Amino acid sequence: MRRSPDSVFKALADPTRRAIFERLTRDGEQTVHALTERAGVSQPMVSKHLSALKRARLVHNRRQGRETHYQARPEALAPLVDWIGDYGAFWQNKFDRLAEVLERMDK
Amino acid sequence: MTTPDTSTRSVIVEKEFPHPPQKVWRALTESSLIEQWLMKNDFQPVAGHSFSLRMDPVANWNGVIDCQVLAVEPFRTLSYTWGTLGSESVVTFSLTPTDTGTHVRVEQAGFRPDQEANYKGAQYGWKKFMGNLEHVIAGLE
Repeated sequence: MRRSPDSVFKALADPTRRAIFERLTRDGEQTVHALTERAGVSQPMVSKHLSALKRARLVHNRRQGRETHYQARPEALAPLVDWIGDYGAFWQNKFDRLAEVLERMDK
Repeated sequence: MTTPDTSTRSVIVEKEFPHPPQKVWRALTESSLIEQWLMKNDFQPVAGHSFSLRMDPVANWNGVIDCQVLAVEPFRTLSYTWGTLGSESVVTFSLTPTDTGTHVRVEQAGFRPDQEANYKGAQYGWKKFMGNLEHVIAGLE
C-alpha cells in the first residue's frame, strides 16, 4: 500500500511551518523555545505548527524536564519524492539530452 | 515507525529516436558519449564490471552513484544496478528497431526509500533521501 503524499503537502504548504522544518533539518534538534525565538510568531503558534508537522510525521519530539525538543524526520518526505519520481522526470530529461547527443554524432 | 512496505517502485520512460539501434547503442555504452547525456562515468560494456556515475556533490551527498553491469546484449538490452547511499535499484534500457529509428524504453525498478530508512536508521535515511531528492530535482531542471 502506498502512503498518500497529501499530509506532507498540506504540512509544508504553510511558509512558517516550512521554515520551521527547514531549520530543524539544517540545524538539528531544537527546543520549542529556541524555535520560537526565530520564528517571528508566538510560542502557541509555533507549537501548533509543530503539531501539524508531527501529524505528517515530518518531526518527532521528546520531553526533557520542562522543555520539549523537536527533531526533523526528512525521510517522511519519501512519499513526495515518490510522487515526483513517478513522472519519470529524471529520465525524460536525460532522454532529451540523449537525443541531442545523437544529433551531434551525425556531424 | 511506518509499517514495512514490500512494494517496489518503478519508473518507465519511453522515447523514439530517429537513429538506428547501432548508433543509440553507442551513446548508451561509450563512456565519453554517456558523459554527454547522463553523467561522468567509468562505464565499460562488460557484464560484472563495477563503475560509478558522478554528479556534482550536494549537501549530504557526494554525488556518486555506484553501479554494476548486469546484462549487455548489443543493440538490444543493457542493464545495470544503480546504488545511491544505501538504496539500490536496477536500470534497464531496451532497444527496439522501428521503421524510422529506435524505440528506447528505460525502466528503473527498486526499493522504496522509506522501506530502506526503516532498517538503515534515520541518519542514513536522511542522507539517502537527499541523494534521491537532488537526483529527482536535477532531472527537473
